[in-house]
Amino acid sequence: MKIVVALKQVPSRDSSLRVPSGGSWIDEADVTYEINEPDAYALEAGLQLKEQHGGEVVVLCAGPEGAAASIREALAKGADRAIHVQEENLNETDALGLGTVLAAAIRAEAPDLVLTGLQSDDLGSGQTGVVVAELLGLPSATIIMAVEVQDGSIRVKRELEDGWFQHITLPLPAVLTIQSGINRLRYATLMGIKKAKTKELRTVTVAELGGLPAVQVHREKVYLPERAKQTQILEGDARTAAAALADKLKFEVRVI
Amino acid sequence: MSVLVVLEQSGGNFHRMGWEAVVAAKELELPVSVATIGPAGAAASKGVDKVYSIEHAELTTYSADGYTAALEQLIRSIQPQFVVFAHTYQVRDYAPKLATRFGRVLVSDVVKLSRTTAVRQLFQGKLNADYTLPSEGIRFVSVQAGAYRGDALGEGTPEVIPFAPELAAGTIRVKVEAPFRESSRQVDLTTAEIIVSVGRGIKEKENIAIVEELAAALGGELAASRPICDNGWLPMERQVGSSGQTVAPKVYIAVGISGAIQHQVGMKGSKTIVAINKDPEAPIFEVADYGIVGDLFEVVPALTEAVKKLKG
Repeated sequence: MKIVVALKQVPSRDSSLRVPSGGSWIDEADVTYEINEPDAYALEAGLQLKEQHGGEVVVLCAGPEGAAASIREALAKGADRAIHVQEENLNETDALGLGTVLAAAIRAEAPDLVLTGLQSDDLGSGQTGVVVAELLGLPSATIIMAVEVQDGSIRVKRELEDGWFQHITLPLPAVLTIQSGINRLRYATLMGIKKAKTKELRTVTVAELGGLPAVQVHREKVYLPERAKQTQILEGDARTAAAALADKLKFEVRVI
Repeated sequence: MSVLVVLEQSGGNFHRMGWEAVVAAKELELPVSVATIGPAGAAASKGVDKVYSIEHAELTTYSADGYTAALEQLIRSIQPQFVVFAHTYQVRDYAPKLATRFGRVLVSDVVKLSRTTAVRQLFQGKLNADYTLPSEGIRFVSVQAGAYRGDALGEGTPEVIPFAPELAAGTIRVKVEAPFRESSRQVDLTTAEIIVSVGRGIKEKENIAIVEELAAALGGELAASRPICDNGWLPMERQVGSSGQTVAPKVYIAVGISGAIQHQVGMKGSKTIVAINKDPEAPIFEVADYGIVGDLFEVVPALTEAVKKLKG
């Protein structure tokens, strides 16, 4: 089975996010990056399917030059080869723009299965996988918790709201968006890191993939949200703050 | 100009977020109609312009293929300028497909909507962003849970219009089975008066003990955000959030939980919210009544001790 895993490099969860005044994106000067968490689970799902059923895992990542570090990490974890759609300002495009670029790269590979995370931790629009599926004319299913390969089809467990689940069978080829927690993420081994250096990492440009459609939805401004509530911050060292909070719980909230 | 809001229902039970989406749509100050797949039901007595009741034997069970095809036909027939959804799990499954079919962008998970602008959250709620919507063509938008108040929607007597889509053979490519629950829940967090909830900040499974001790000292239930249950550190039945339980205790103490929207929708109805987090910018502080910015490994044991002292 040939599996394409689309992954995105995003600022690490612990990054402190600074926004230049009036800016439309964060100041990336001090930001470190990681593989978008749900995409890491999608990669793991792809690697496990390959281990069970044979085939190939191709990593696809659209992003700036620096995204190569995340691609190398995916190769070190066991992906066979990678395609890097190298473009500096892709985060200025919209969901349809990114989907168009990814779909063009995937079309050339003609995989049996496309996996990606259910959403990105930075823009969080949660639709790339579904947009790609529609552009490729493939069936899709989202928020997937388990994948079972059958003859010419896959049976997946989809998460619904409020603790409910559902099984769906899709004909192949198909696109799935993977939920975090579907499996245990592996670490790259030393051997894996060494091997990754010899694996194919092909760089293509957006122009080579047919270019971007016109941006329909523009991000104008990024800023810190206003607080909905006035939070009473209890100051002091841990002991002092904790004692003050216990007092509040007893005399104001009245739960002690 | 008009707006179409797509409601979600299952066996006549309408998803409450659908009403929130209608209230958001009214911000556009245009006539608002709704579409429901299945009978008009409760929608027939709401304060909207028209109800399009889409009926087809193959739509009794949800499928992305079926819903997309049916809504595509309705939208081509009535030509609204705005199509608004609630950002539910189901909408996430098909709305991007529908928008793409029209060559349009879905602006997803918005917290504020006007004719020209939509506000979305970035970085799991840490930042907001203003997006300019296109000035022509169909604008597809989905609205975040709780961003608008569904109970603000009044009563009315809209015209109910049946709509029968034509679904060609082979439109629905997937086979959908009946929804199920993993196991009967042993823990019912919804009746708890005090909940102490633990998140990613706890770092390791072994550390959960300090939070458990705090919950025990307060006589409360232990709960968790999704990553903790994903890691198998606590059972899924203790998970609070959109995929877990929705709780509204007297007090909810969030320990090391950043407060992504998926978590907030499950707990923001709590009477009092306390946040303990090392990051002063964590979104949880936006909904917290009391906060301690500090190292939970120092604050939590100190709080347990202080609670025990007050209890005598």
